[in-house]
Amino acid sequence: MKLSKITLAVLGASLAAGLGVTAYAASGQSGGAEQPYQGLTALGYPAPQEGQLVHVPPTMADLEEADIHPELKKVIRRGYELFTDTQQLRGKNVFNDMNCSSCHLGEGRQPFSAPIWPAAITLPGFRGKNQHVNNLEERIAGCFAYSMNGTPPEYGSDDMLALSAYHQWLATGAPMYPDQPIYGRGFPAPPEPELEPDYARGEEVYQAQCTICHQDDGAGHYEDGEYVFPALWGDGSNNWGAGIVRTHTAAGFIKNNMPLGQPNSLSDQQAWDVAYYMVSQERPQDPRYTGDVDETLELFGPTFHRNSRYGEVREHDDHRLADHANTGEKDFLKPWNVGMPRFEELSE
Amino acid sequence: MNKTVIKGLGLLLGTGLNAGAAMALEGDAQRGQEASATCVACHQADGSGMNVPGGESWPRLAGLDSGYIVKQLHDFQEGRRENASMTLFANMLDDQQIADVAAYYSQMPVTPAQGGEEVDDALLERGEQLANRGDWDAYIVSCKSCHGPGSEGVGSDFPGIASQHAGYITAQLEAWKNDERSNDPQNLMGAIAKRMSDEDIQAVSAWLSRQSVTAE
Repeated sequence: MKLSKITLAVLGASLAAGLGVTAYAASGQSGGAEQPYQGLTALGYPAPQEGQLVHVPPTMADLEEADIHPELKKVIRRGYELFTDTQQLRGKNVFNDMNCSSCHLGEGRQPFSAPIWPAAITLPGFRGKNQHVNNLEERIAGCFAYSMNGTPPEYGSDDMLALSAYHQWLATGAPMYPDQPIYGRGFPAPPEPELEPDYARGEEVYQAQCTICHQDDGAGHYEDGEYVFPALWGDGSNNWGAGIVRTHTAAGFIKNNMPLGQPNSLSDQQAWDVAYYMVSQERPQDPRYTGDVDETLELFGPTFHRNSRYGEVREHDDHRLADHANTGEKDFLKPWNVGMPRFEELSE
Repeated sequence: MNKTVIKGLGLLLGTGLNAGAAMALEGDAQRGQEASATCVACHQADGSGMNVPGGESWPRLAGLDSGYIVKQLHDFQEGRRENASMTLFANMLDDQQIADVAAYYSQMPVTPAQGGEEVDDALLERGEQLANRGDWDAYIVSCKSCHGPGSEGVGSDFPGIASQHAGYITAQLEAWKNDERSNDPQNLMGAIAKRMSDEDIQAVSAWLSRQSVTAE
């Protein structure tokens, strides 16, 4: 089957005007004249709206058929393998039980599960988290430092190039620096709940809905040395600097993706409560830790931790969250990319 | 003599105290062998079961998790899982015998499965995709994301399905799809099965039946 890139702007009158749709699709199928992601509405997701950029990334099957150099295919395949089995870098770049695809479900292609192709078309760009312009490699490096509690492959290295190539391949056909908001980007938080998120209610939801896979202690489950269910807290999970320690991000992930196979099945209140429960558990220290929680909060509260429970005292047991020097499985605190100065010569 | 402690962790929710106590019984494989006299006609002496084309296939029990077997037998007894012949045979076993036969079958080496022999490569490729990567465009998550590496099973809640008979897997997925089976925890399997086409079910059943599971 020959594949061609099509821009569904020509899709016909039934499509909402201004819906920017890009996709990789098989040719000869009546122009693929079907509005993408319609199946998601049955699962409780919003339909694409007028004025949004809607992109359907290619699959690995599309890659086999694609008209690109075989060497590039090999590198993209390597990137896909690293993305879905990041544990092969365990002890080198990864120091917890996670894969990239533990959070970015559907191989990084899935809307509302932080699909990864938007990074390839919106970067280089300014990032609030580290207050400077980041490119795709630096963005991926951030995931290694925080979500994988590790240290990134070097910029320009084979592994970094392979991961970047996979991101860019998924963005095939999407416009660079789009001027429209992106459909399904990130982990959109559900609406603010009626009641303040609550630890005890969250624990109830957790016990009823989550422990079958993630276990009582949040450690997830390994079988035959392979990750099955990822760790939600503890040394096997992301550290205090990962985006998902922010309650709204956790609630967005959970509401849109959990329990696996049953997205949007929890109420907004349940999603916020169980997220609050999850982000109220201990995990390895934030690599930006200065040795003092208050000082770290002063430095990174405004750009990050104002949305997390870092340094807060847990109500039920008076435990002060993140007040420790535990770095988990790794024997260092700060990987090379964290705090690396950028564009100092451009400063006013 | 091997003894297996039957753990019903996570399965006890909503099943009441009696079932809870029954599932905590310790199974004895030797006694299980005696009690299994009632099982062998269909499930065979080596626990391999049988793929029955055009009829009701009998699942392989050899190497299945004991906690999983215990739960299924209690579910048959109490109507949470329906099958005319299994309800009959399950009712012939008391709680201790259930624990014993579960221990007995769980210790057997996994046997090869049938039913996936005469399928074309395209179908097998689809089956492999569904088992290992899923089809997210249809929101079908992969088998291995719950059934574990090689889909060989995770604990008592997610049974090994690699090297299970294609006819049996197909029948179960169709049953979930048609609301005829619903004893899975939190509808985790039911939600996925309902998104699978008949061809998807055929494909993944065939592929799984062709996977060999080697002893650890």
